[in-house]
Amino acid sequence: MGVKVAPDRLQTFVPGLDALTDGGLPRGRTTLIVGGPGCGKTILALQVLVEGARRAREPGIFVAFEERAREIVKDAGAFGWDLPRLQKDRLFFLDAHLDSSTVHGGAFDLAGLLAGLSAKARQLGARRIVFDGIDKLLAHLDDPAAERLELLRLHQWLYESGLSGIITAKAEQVDPRRSPRYGFLQYLADCVVLLQHRLVDTVASRHFQILKYRGANASCNEFPMVLSDRGIEIARYAADSLDHEVSTERISSGVPDLDAMLGGGYFRGASVLISGAPGTAKSTLAAEFADAACRRRENTLFVSFDEGSAQIVRNLHSVGVRLDRHLKSGRLHIHSTNARARTAEEHLLQIRSLVESHHSRCLVIDPLSALTGTVGGLEARSNLERFIALERNLNITTLATSLLEGFSEAHETATSAGVSTLVDTWIHLSYVIQGGERNRALTIVKSRGMGHSNQVRELLLTDRGPSLSDVYTAGGAVLMGTLRWEREEQERAARLQEGRAFEERQRVTGDSVADLSSRMEALRRERDERERDLKRMRQARTGDIGTGATRLGEIGRMRRGRANPPGSGPAKRPPRKP
Amino acid sequence: MKVESTRSPARGGCEPLSLRLYVAGEAPNSAAAIRNLAILFPGGKASGQPVEIEIVDLLREPLRGLLDGVVLSPTLVRLAPPPVRRVVGNLSNHEAVLLALGIVP
Repeated sequence: MGVKVAPDRLQTFVPGLDALTDGGLPRGRTTLIVGGPGCGKTILALQVLVEGARRAREPGIFVAFEERAREIVKDAGAFGWDLPRLQKDRLFFLDAHLDSSTVHGGAFDLAGLLAGLSAKARQLGARRIVFDGIDKLLAHLDDPAAERLELLRLHQWLYESGLSGIITAKAEQVDPRRSPRYGFLQYLADCVVLLQHRLVDTVASRHFQILKYRGANASCNEFPMVLSDRGIEIARYAADSLDHEVSTERISSGVPDLDAMLGGGYFRGASVLISGAPGTAKSTLAAEFADAACRRRENTLFVSFDEGSAQIVRNLHSVGVRLDRHLKSGRLHIHSTNARARTAEEHLLQIRSLVESHHSRCLVIDPLSALTGTVGGLEARSNLERFIALERNLNITTLATSLLEGFSEAHETATSAGVSTLVDTWIHLSYVIQGGERNRALTIVKSRGMGHSNQVRELLLTDRGPSLSDVYTAGGAVLMGTLRWEREEQERAARLQEGRAFEERQRVTGDSVADLSSRMEALRRERDERERDLKRMRQARTGDIGTGATRLGEIGRMRRGRANPPGSGPAKRPPRKP
Repeated sequence: MKVESTRSPARGGCEPLSLRLYVAGEAPNSAAAIRNLAILFPGGKASGQPVEIEIVDLLREPLRGLLDGVVLSPTLVRLAPPPVRRVVGNLSNHEAVLLALGIVP
């Protein structure tokens, strides 16, 4: 008692609780759970006992002072805990409900009960024990001194038994910490947990807080707690750890033009936000993403807070997104739910269990505002943080839509909700009004870790799905719709005219080239003629001289003499013929 | 001191009073209850009629209390005549005990 040694931990298996307490509740010690009526004390204690028996194979005893044991067993069936089976060898329920007809005939104590529990614990090999509704017992004692004595006895017994004990006590809703009865109880316990239950925006919300944890540095913050069909879960804040696996793998957004703008698509495991005014095709982009994921054979969960499954499929079919085949194959699961039916926490947990059971790799939330909007401003950010932490823990790629009107307002609202710092990729859709038309414009506001286009594009919805028109800038403005068409037409005409002028110039120049060529040909022919004349004249002159010499030779041969060139001396007489 | 009972034949038409007292060994409240029982039924008789009293020591038969649904010690149970009635505590409040057991002093 009071020894400040970090005790071993008792794994509770209550989602979120073990992480919050660095391993669980103190093992071999006493934990007190206090809270107002209906805040989940009994369920939490029972869950620790049941999960201990189921998953750690640690038998346990449940002492019910307040409710009938059989009612507790029956109620537990709602959480899927098979108590009748566990009761065979691992769980023992003691109905310690005090009958109202019981007559008080003087002072009493717990000595007999504890003796019985010791024997039962030995017989069962129990490691965990719950005393549920100790306040009922204390009320019967009706004497502060006796109360203290019995609590001390109980505490001493727990300490000696080596069992890990959980005592639940109903406390005044106002401030259970100030009640004298629980002051002593809290002093005895090594760990004190406060559960609270309050209304936020007409939606019931539960909270979990550790008031004390002897020998451990547990977080004393208040955490949202949810009662789902699997029992209690405690939501942790994303701030626990910012480390998560990052991927460089790109996956398609479902719109090839958008992939190009993003430099290849979204990162796997990223969180993508598509914000925009109503009717800017947020849902269509979300559906394209889902369709692309299904075509990659990745299970996808589509959570809609707006419409029912059939309505979604029909509406998207009209813009060319065919989700019915994925629904049929089971690759796509559409979960439609009313945003205000549960707290944001409950929605988150339901989504998580759906993702887990469906083995989804991609998740679409349409719209995210349903998760962050049900509770007031302060909780919106933490809800969003938890949502993103959840998505990262599950290592799935998430695309969420968010209803935001104008861009400046979007920026403001989103920043206050922490969107800008939390999501990886943020795409904003807006209407641009030009020339009496509303046209959809798409901007990538941010995209962490990737080079992306900074340009505003026009988003066109065709019957073959959305497409993004290439940027058309004129005079520093991005033009869309009819204005864009008109401008394009003007330019096209100008280009056509220009083309014709060019052809004309080309033709004229070509003609003159042809003309010059023919003239050049005529001149060349004339020149050749003259050259030939010249040649002939020269040949004629050489021919005259040559002819004279030949004749002289001929004459000489005829005379049998030497043909002497003229002027070379007297010609020899030819020899006499015999 | 497991059993300390006194048996006598039933009175004509009226079932004899049958009681069982669960105690936790020599614990103060338990010891007081046994003493008070002796005062309430001197000589093992109530209004001249014999009373059957069984004493169960939960320290010796610890599981018995769990089986019989006895949470607090000491607990006195009226087994007969029906209906079963329970009185918890050291029985120091004699008037309340006798009233609960249906005995007019």
